[in-house]
Amino acid sequence: MSRAGLVLWRLLQIVPTFLLIGVTIFVLARLLPGDPVSAMLGDRASDEAVNRLRQQMGFDRSILTQFVLFIEGIARGDFGSSTAYRIPVTQLIGERLPVTITLTALATVIALVFAVPLAFVAAVKANRWPDFLIRGVFQVGLSSPVFYVGLILLTVFAAWLRWFPVGGYGETLGDKLWHLFLPALTLALSFSAIIMRNLRAAILEVLTAEFVDFARSKGLAQRIILFRHVLRNALVSTVTLVGLHAGSLLGGAVITESVFAVPGVGRLMVDSIFARDYPVIQALTLVLAVVVSLAFLVTDLIQMALDPRVAR
Amino acid sequence: MSGGPDPILAVERLAVTFDTPRGSVRAVDGVDLSVREGEILGLVGESGSGKSVTLRGIVRLLRANAAVAGRVLWKGADLLAASPERLQAVRGREIAMIFQEPMTALNPVLSIGTQIEESLVAHTTLDDAGRKRRAAELLDLVGIASAKVRLAAYPHEFSGGMRQRAMIAIALAAQPRLLLADEPTTALDVTIQDQILKLLLGLCQDLGMAMILVTHDLGVVAETCDRVSVMYAGRVVESGPVEALFRHPRHAYTHALLRSMPHGGAARQPLVPIPGQPPRLDRPVEGCPFAPRCQLVEDRCRTVAPPFEPVGPAHAAACWASDRLAMAEGTA
Ligand SMILES: Nc1ncnc2c1ncn2[C@@H]1O[C@H](COP(=O)(O)OP(=O)(O)OP(=O)(O)O)[C@@H](O)[C@H]1O
Ligand SMILES: [Mg+2]
Repeated sequence: MSRAGLVLWRLLQIVPTFLLIGVTIFVLARLLPGDPVSAMLGDRASDEAVNRLRQQMGFDRSILTQFVLFIEGIARGDFGSSTAYRIPVTQLIGERLPVTITLTALATVIALVFAVPLAFVAAVKANRWPDFLIRGVFQVGLSSPVFYVGLILLTVFAAWLRWFPVGGYGETLGDKLWHLFLPALTLALSFSAIIMRNLRAAILEVLTAEFVDFARSKGLAQRIILFRHVLRNALVSTVTLVGLHAGSLLGGAVITESVFAVPGVGRLMVDSIFARDYPVIQALTLVLAVVVSLAFLVTDLIQMALDPRVAR
Repeated sequence: MSGGPDPILAVERLAVTFDTPRGSVRAVDGVDLSVREGEILGLVGESGSGKSVTLRGIVRLLRANAAVAGRVLWKGADLLAASPERLQAVRGREIAMIFQEPMTALNPVLSIGTQIEESLVAHTTLDDAGRKRRAAELLDLVGIASAKVRLAAYPHEFSGGMRQRAMIAIALAAQPRLLLADEPTTALDVTIQDQILKLLLGLCQDLGMAMILVTHDLGVVAETCDRVSVMYAGRVVESGPVEALFRHPRHAYTHALLRSMPHGGAARQPLVPIPGQPPRLDRPVEGCPFAPRCQLVEDRCRTVAPPFEPVGPAHAAACWASDRLAMAEGTA
């Protein structure tokens, strides 16, 4: 399949995924204990007010009708209005999604910047002290809970040293990245450890491949053997791993965004669940599913570029 | 060894010991080999006799758990004592190597063209256009049709025979003087085996290149090699001109190998196994390593290792039964 063909095919595949998740999330949202209208108006609202709002929001209709309206809305690009913020869901998500995407992208970049060179050193010096040191440090990163690491970074670099802001989000791109750096670092730590371990193992395996011996027998420089022959082959499996972690990275964003008060969709999700904000929960789940699907697609494209055997 | 010009490669008392979790394994135990300019030397022996380790030892392509001793004299200088830079300059440019499994020996994520051109970058001063031209010539040389187009292909797009041809093209890129060929045809179909062998032979002749050809196949040796060395349990037990060695083997092991072949080595046949097992390499062997399986064994074989001695012109063997073999042949 050609590259363009693959992209088109994979984009088409997102449609049934989208529908399936749509049904699931619609049902799940209604299984959440509690009622959105009473959540909005508080315990002491009058029955009349509650009923009026129920009608406004369409909660008085049958579940089936609600579902049909929901799907119709999606088809029009209309996810309704947030019951908590009282603004269109598309606007709400449109404001916050870029924040989370920037955060996770920055986290991925940070994770790779740490993991790739250090995995390389660890593999080349396997079972000698640099390897033990690198693996030990990453092991700590891997076994520390995200919120704990986040709080420590916050205390040290934001509160004490004041190198970074304590929370929030900036205006200009540079300002935004500066605000997002600590949360991204928090998010990157365990991810980086996972990449490091995977890549180190992959490099060690590739180092024993016969084509590496063949490359040596050609009289190539060590640098070329390591970068062109070893690293490139080893990265093929690591790219898959990075792609597969797109989902859990978004999950991690929920925690980091809460710790660092970052106005992204992770925190929005938590807030919306507490507020029984059905329209937002539904739309957000769908949007995140699409984001993850797109991340998989990008992963496949990078893999095609790295490994000609993938492009069948 | 007497006669002929000086060898370009002289391997002297090469020994390779692997440090393994189960103790140390002496895979190569004092091997002597010599190759003259343009000569084809066959290296035969059962599986595990140390042929591959010997070849890898010559260009120091062994893993970190290997300890290498002895000398590998290439044009008079010892490669085992050479600097990494010198070694890198010799590899590919003067001594090249091809492997048994063309699928695993070619890098799956690099095009054939890239894998040829990187050798040219390392060893020649050709510019980009020059390298492209030379790479196409090389594919042409090894019989790959429409070479220009094929340069962009990846190993998985080639058949087994073509991959082996491509590997040969890559190895020949910098015009080496010696090719180390480790069972280059074992992984291929029988018909393709012949084509690849003919190709290698033709290339040696046309380019005046010497070759050490490792094979299980005595028939291949008879057809292609000038001289042959027979390995057993990490040692060279007999070595000599192909004619002399096949007609008058002077080591009981060679004798047994040849006897187990139909038509005295004329037909292409893999080695027929001789009953019994070779000795374990993780403990010292007393006497001749072949003694437990030998039909001509005598008492001293089990206690004293026979010396590797000249038994004819450029012909040497390490066997206490050497004279008896000569006499038996003479009367037959
Ligand atoms: N890296 C290693 N570590 C430990 N032992 C090894 C290693 N490489 C080879 N050996 C051992 O060295 C011995 C010789 O192996 P070698 O590969 O040279 O045999 P060979 O004659 O090429 O056999 P074949 O015909 O099967 O290719 C074998 O017993 C093998 O197990
Ligand atoms: Mg072998």
